[in-house]
Amino acid sequence: MRHTISVLVENKFGVLSRVSGLFSGRGFNIESLSVGETIDPAVSLMTIVTIGDDQIVEQIIKQLNKLIDIIKVVDYMEVDHVEREMVLIKVAPKKNDKTEFLKIAEIFRGRIVDSGASTFTVEITGDEKKITAFIEMIKPFGIKEFVRTGTVAIAREGIKKTK
Amino acid sequence: MKISGAEILIDCLKKEGVKHIFGYPGGVVLNIFDALYDEKGLELILTRHEQAAVHAADGYARSSGKVGVALVTSGPGATNTVTGIATASMDSIPLVVFSGQVPTMLIGNDAFQEADIVGITRPCTKHNYLVKDIKYLAQTIKEAFHIASTGRPGPVLIDLPKDVTAGMTEYMQPKEVQLRSYNPTYQGNKWVIKQAAGMIAKAKNPVIMAGGGVILSNAAKELTELAKLTNVPVTMTLMGLGGFPGSHKLSMGMLGMHGTYYANKAVQSADLLIGIGVRFDDRVTGTTDSFAPNAKIIQIDIDPTSIRKNIRVDMPIVGDVKNVLKDMIKIIKDNKEKRPARTTWLKQIDAWRKERPLSYKFDKKVIKPEFVVEKIYEVTKGDAIICTEVGQNQMWAAQFYHYNWPRQLLTSGGLGTMGYGLPAAIGAQFANPKKVVFDIAGDGSIQMNIQELATAVLNKIPVKVAILNNGVLGMVRQWQELFFKERYAHTILHTDRVPDFVKVAEAYGAVGLRATKPEEVVPVLKESLKIKDRPVFMDFVCDWKEKVFPMVPAGAAIDEMIFDED
Ligand SMILES: Cc1ncc(C[n+]2csc(CCOP(=O)(O)OP(=O)(O)O)c2C)c(N)n1
Repeated sequence: MRHTISVLVENKFGVLSRVSGLFSGRGFNIESLSVGETIDPAVSLMTIVTIGDDQIVEQIIKQLNKLIDIIKVVDYMEVDHVEREMVLIKVAPKKNDKTEFLKIAEIFRGRIVDSGASTFTVEITGDEKKITAFIEMIKPFGIKEFVRTGTVAIAREGIKKTK
Repeated sequence: MKISGAEILIDCLKKEGVKHIFGYPGGVVLNIFDALYDEKGLELILTRHEQAAVHAADGYARSSGKVGVALVTSGPGATNTVTGIATASMDSIPLVVFSGQVPTMLIGNDAFQEADIVGITRPCTKHNYLVKDIKYLAQTIKEAFHIASTGRPGPVLIDLPKDVTAGMTEYMQPKEVQLRSYNPTYQGNKWVIKQAAGMIAKAKNPVIMAGGGVILSNAAKELTELAKLTNVPVTMTLMGLGGFPGSHKLSMGMLGMHGTYYANKAVQSADLLIGIGVRFDDRVTGTTDSFAPNAKIIQIDIDPTSIRKNIRVDMPIVGDVKNVLKDMIKIIKDNKEKRPARTTWLKQIDAWRKERPLSYKFDKKVIKPEFVVEKIYEVTKGDAIICTEVGQNQMWAAQFYHYNWPRQLLTSGGLGTMGYGLPAAIGAQFANPKKVVFDIAGDGSIQMNIQELATAVLNKIPVKVAILNNGVLGMVRQWQELFFKERYAHTILHTDRVPDFVKVAEAYGAVGLRATKPEEVVPVLKESLKIKDRPVFMDFVCDWKEKVFPMVPAGAAIDEMIFDED
């Protein structure tokens, strides 16, 4: 199962390696990891996407909680939430394919953030499904370069999902 | 008034109640050593190796319940502590280790004797710190002691750059430690405890399995009360020995790979297993899917990660063992229903005990190592602190000495560190000057920290090292005999020739004694007890072929044991 876990940490030096070391040391999986400051500069938020069965994810969450610099851990599996990831993709469609490519980008609400003689760079934001679908669609046009930010997530207001 | 970082360090240590530091000097900690030079209330014990300094601090901590403290220099001094720290980490022992570091300005430059010890020890400490500014020093030390000694205890390392300890500042007393991100759960959930008490009352064949958590939480008294109150037999992990009196009739001794037949049988036949301060290590469970197949499992532990890590648990209770047991005892006492005597179950266990007791074949000509341990128990009247090395010696020490009080057995259970015993014994003797302290050793392990004889001699530490000298790396040889067609690849040590342990002892100014025949064992032991002002090496020349039994082979269930005659 894919879990998106958000980890609120003290913004102290070494905390990222404590977290990543925990994953590598215990053989847990990291699909993606993104880190940024919160409104309180003393606190950072990490969003980790991991894959594992219930027992493994339970261990991951407990182990994270055990690290001294970690303030709070939320498994979004148990919370109604919104997930987003941003991808920048540089594509080099053939001359005849350009219109087709731009149409697809538009359908997915992609933004062209750079264009040159032979390439377009498109920025696309969405949840994992949308991004995967988009990538599949444009693969045939010839992807030159590709970067993704990793997932971030935030809880929706109000009701907790009942499990 | 401004004072130096080194002086702040010393003041903080005194406020934490520290009396002994085990350490070794070097360039970047010179300021600290200099400040310690005139100190009266704080003694630094110079070991002969930094690994040993940490093991000594560990033995001090295990035997006293206090936080052990070590102090070393940067680079090689710091890296030498890693085995000691990892040993303490695996067994949840509270330590604070101070390492020197190159000046903050030079960090990252591959300076002389620089090592990223915070990075290196991150996975084997409970927490660690690099103090980058003298203004954080006092608060960091206070936090470190707090973290090391609370919750599930563990080692904490503080890396101290030279400019931090040499610098001067206005000393501000540290505040009470308040960490929003660290709040161990001490009280168990009352409702769950009540359910668990109900399960115990209903169970026909319950077993208590007690581990190191019982000892760390000082809950031996409560455990004993619970067992007696409910007539539930108790087995212990290696780390749990002493948590329940080994000579009590409800004790089944140790379980697991070299556990007793009756303990393993009981666990496999139990309908309820109450795990108290245990983490269900693989040496205890054998293959996990075959472990305690008919039992519902209750697990009490302060560390949530220990629960459901290795095996299924039906009733988890997160909390400090002592508190949870107190609550449970109260619930049980308040319940006026008659408590079961469990006569049939206890009789069954007795039958297993009679069927296959722990035993060995005494020999009139050669010394059996088990015999030596048995005699150590007799001559010390069961009242010594026993440290062990690792291997067969450790298992025989667990099987043939009976531990009747907590903190009596000090052994590297989790990491299995050869070389632990002698320095740990020295640490334990510092913490317990009136006790008799033994290190039950193998001829291989003792050579891993044999230099600590110097520390013991110079400090007049009368530890008694009983070397079960079988001339081989016995435990490994045992596996080679059983599973590798008796191909003894690099396990023959030739300790009949090298070294001569008696001469080694004498060269250090210790006493060296030797026994080569069974009838010499007791006189040698008795002789050692007379020596009060220096360490004693006893070279017991033992049967090299002796194996530890019973034994659960790898990949088997714990009741699929092999015995001597098999
Ligand atoms: C530092 C370290 N290295 C290697 C091992 C692997 N090991 C486990 S038991 C053992 C043999 C120990 O031999 P000895 O100390 O003579 O004790 P015996 O088993 O003969 O009682 C070895 C090599 C270990 N536990 N620790």
